[in-house]
Amino acid sequence: MIPSLLSIPVLAALAMLQSAILSRIPLLQGTADLVLLAIIAWSLHDRVQNGWFWAVVGGMIMSMVSGMPFGVYLAGYLLTTLAAILLKRTVWKIPILAMLLMVFIGTLLTQGLSVVALTLSGTPLPLLDTVNLIILPSLLLNLLLSIPAYILVGDFANWTHPLEIEV
Amino acid sequence: MQAIVLGVISVGLIALALGGYLTPLSRIVLSPFISAQTWITTRFQAINDLINSPSDMTQLRQRNAELEAEVARLHTEIIRLEDQAKEVEVLSALVDFATANPQAKYLGANVIAYDPSPFMSYVIINRGSDDGLRRGMPVVTSQGLVGRVAAVNPVASRVQLIIDPGSHINVRLQSTDAEGVLSGEITGEIVLENLPQDEVVQAGDLVLTSGLGGSFPPDIIVGQVTGVRQHDYDLFQSATVQPVVDFASLEIVLVITNFRPVDISPLLPQ
Repeated sequence: MIPSLLSIPVLAALAMLQSAILSRIPLLQGTADLVLLAIIAWSLHDRVQNGWFWAVVGGMIMSMVSGMPFGVYLAGYLLTTLAAILLKRTVWKIPILAMLLMVFIGTLLTQGLSVVALTLSGTPLPLLDTVNLIILPSLLLNLLLSIPAYILVGDFANWTHPLEIEV
Repeated sequence: MQAIVLGVISVGLIALALGGYLTPLSRIVLSPFISAQTWITTRFQAINDLINSPSDMTQLRQRNAELEAEVARLHTEIIRLEDQAKEVEVLSALVDFATANPQAKYLGANVIAYDPSPFMSYVIINRGSDDGLRRGMPVVTSQGLVGRVAAVNPVASRVQLIIDPGSHINVRLQSTDAEGVLSGEITGEIVLENLPQDEVVQAGDLVLTSGLGGSFPPDIIVGQVTGVRQHDYDLFQSATVQPVVDFASLEIVLVITNFRPVDISPLLPQ
């Protein structure tokens, strides 16, 4: 229960960092998504079972902060968490590679959903400009930050989920 | 007699010295003495330094540390004063703007965050419905139009910037009164569209809000035309516009609180 509740201050702090600092230092027009990185790293951890809760909390916080149509972040994070859990259960035994792959998939999922939602709501988004100026730079930034995020969130998960030893 | 001889020799030597005839001789004679004197003085100073240096070094290091701390403190002070000066400059410009436009009531607000989504050009300000803000209120700086309040909660509001891809504003050119629609783009540019083909549009023309549609008060400066796109086969011409506001460094904005946007949607044909 406590690890789940800890997601609220942790993800809120990350959302604040993202909106106060990272949004002001874009690469072209793309920015990193710290909340997404934290959710992926958390979901991929061996001992973590409550990845869904983190996705819901992160999605709600980002939906409140952002002007994006409500639910886009929530849906994007939930789909990413689903993919991360499926990946964790199947073949991937090298977590760092799983992290990189999931950051790639998660970024495309959340940003793809954003494009669809904005297009449906009547905001014109030229596809080529969107890919070149936003999606690819954001993907690059997320991949760059994925390794430190994996290490930091992994340490945090180890602290909240200590290894149980049978005596 | 001896005294006279000595006197004559002395006078002669003085005369020779004053005449400069003894200089080569004195150089030869004095040179070894000066060298010896220099050697002795240097060695004495070295020994003196060796004896006294520990206390001097300690004092110097202490003084150096004090001076370094003083320099660091002064650097901090300079940065703080520069920040204050910058803030005063911004506030002064805002006061000037408010004084020059007395018909509107303004509420100052700090920009506390940018939208975390790269697709959205919104900022969050630290004023909300508790301060009297309502959805649709225009937001400006001393330079010109920033955007409008898009969402409000009791303590903060979200402002849609004019560079947001979903932003559309009715504007006019100051030079010709030609009217068009200013739209934000994903590239961060703003584009003036729906300009009649027969209007003469030139780079440098000033773009102002027209007040049409009731979303913004008229005559707020928005930007300057930087380029014109005109094709014979198009119904309208368009122009790229450079906003007068620097959206990358927004810190303090003014919300026009006595302007209520008019909802004309019921009047539009279905």
